[in-house]
Amino acid sequence: MAGAAASNRQRSKIAPYLMILPALAYLAIFFVVPFFTLARTSLSSSGGSIYLPTLEFNWDFGNYLEAFSHYQDQIIRTFTYALAATVLCLLLAFPLAYVIAFKAGRYKNLILGLVILPFFVTFLIRTIAWKTILEDDGWVVSALGAVGLLPSEGRLLSTSWAVIGGLTYNWIIFMILPLYVSLEKIDPRLIEASKDLYSSNRRSFTKVILPLSMPGVLAGSLLVFIPASGDFINADYLGSTQTTMIGNVIQKQFLVVKDYPAAAALSMVLMAIILVGVLLYTRALGTEDLV
Amino acid sequence: MTKAITEIATTEPKTIKGSPKWGDLLLRIVAGLVLLYLFLPIFVIILFSFNDPKGKFNYSWQGFTLKNWADPFKYPALTDALKLSLNVAAVSTLVALVLGSLVAVALVRQRFRGRTAVDTFLILPLTAPEVVIGAALLTLFLDFGWAAGYVTILIAHIAFEISFIAMTVRARMRGFDWTLEDASMDLGASPTRTFFKVTLPLIIPGIVAAGMLSFALSLDDFIITYFVSGSTVTYPLYVNAAVKAAVPPQINVLATAILLISLILLAVGTLYRRKRIEA
Repeated sequence: MAGAAASNRQRSKIAPYLMILPALAYLAIFFVVPFFTLARTSLSSSGGSIYLPTLEFNWDFGNYLEAFSHYQDQIIRTFTYALAATVLCLLLAFPLAYVIAFKAGRYKNLILGLVILPFFVTFLIRTIAWKTILEDDGWVVSALGAVGLLPSEGRLLSTSWAVIGGLTYNWIIFMILPLYVSLEKIDPRLIEASKDLYSSNRRSFTKVILPLSMPGVLAGSLLVFIPASGDFINADYLGSTQTTMIGNVIQKQFLVVKDYPAAAALSMVLMAIILVGVLLYTRALGTEDLV
Repeated sequence: MTKAITEIATTEPKTIKGSPKWGDLLLRIVAGLVLLYLFLPIFVIILFSFNDPKGKFNYSWQGFTLKNWADPFKYPALTDALKLSLNVAAVSTLVALVLGSLVAVALVRQRFRGRTAVDTFLILPLTAPEVVIGAALLTLFLDFGWAAGYVTILIAHIAFEISFIAMTVRARMRGFDWTLEDASMDLGASPTRTFFKVTLPLIIPGIVAAGMLSFALSLDDFIITYFVSGSTVTYPLYVNAAVKAAVPPQINVLATAILLISLILLAVGTLYRRKRIEA
């Protein structure tokens, strides 16, 4: 870095600002300002007719009360589903990331390529494929039925399990990759050293590998939890009216019912809960190595 | 967070010895099953591109046929939607590449006041759920009185691509030997010549990787686009409408074709890189 700074001595001082200005200006207008208009909309009252709706900004906090009282179930359900999906992603991704990092040998890049490949198919089409797989007269349902593992509804589609499964599948890649990166960085000599010091395999895992993989666990959990809590596709395609999430309500209120203040208030609530959750979580795990 | 993703290609293989045989085998089996789980829907998508559905929906197996593959562009609306998505992905990626790469170069190569603030600001768009970004943009366009359509889709895509591009390019630029620039200028090259002959060739691979990531993200984006599209139909929006009305097997054919093309690009890229390393 010192070298980099020295080699720049001939450049002018304003050059870096000229380089970052276009992107920052763009993001200010199309990322920051939208959050102000969203907040403003969430504090407005709608009036006028259906054909010519009007919005009046008057600090109407009633939209927030309504968001909590009407959609309490959806709010709780959303974070339950997102949390369940994050835990499932972690449980499924860890063995795979571990094998790729430590056991794959010369097949490492091939397996990494294979892991990324399914995500070249549009997310919606993959979810449609799950609809086919989980169908009522499909082989998965009959196989689970045969061993008595079918949920009480007697089917998989339209249940919470299908939605959680869909959320898990769609974002597991964002758990596998950061986990792999942090496992990959572990010096194998550390593990050998722990074994030389008579540590059991389990102790090597809990005392060496797991703590060192924490940055990956943290990044992966956030990269899964945040999009999963805003998703509405999985609940829409794989769920029923009993499994709607906040995303479904926001989408419907904005684009179908066109009750903008209610939808905006709900978006703000979703954003706020996620922010608080992320802050608490990063503080609990105490990793600064996020970026 | 993105560093974790973008750093993948730069690491080197290593192995650990001395794990017990049975635990090792079990671990490999579990990993294999997870890999299989990742591919399960892909097998279904490919298989159902050969299905001959009787009704409107391509959800249950009816019989083998090649006619979907013989006529992949049977539905003009689907083809148009795909063309529009490719157009949006290309145009938005080009704009976002210019904006994002400039920021990345400034962050890595320059020392200036507020660097860390810019860094943090760039991550913000990656931490907001898409549904909130889409909703926020919609309220902005309503406020401006802009009609939703091609332009608003482009604006939205550029907005979420900038951060991904800046992060990817930055991750790839770290650890380069920038004294090469000094060497070039010591040997009498002008700053412009140095930029085109030394700096640009160094950062091009990072920019290409960022461009591919951005293109793929744009092509796949549904949630944000859904909020700002009005009556304009991109490829994911067509698929979503199809789920409600009728799912033609051509959707599977085109998805399989895109997968095959990506696979070929991936293989060519890997071979090219291996050749360069060997040379």
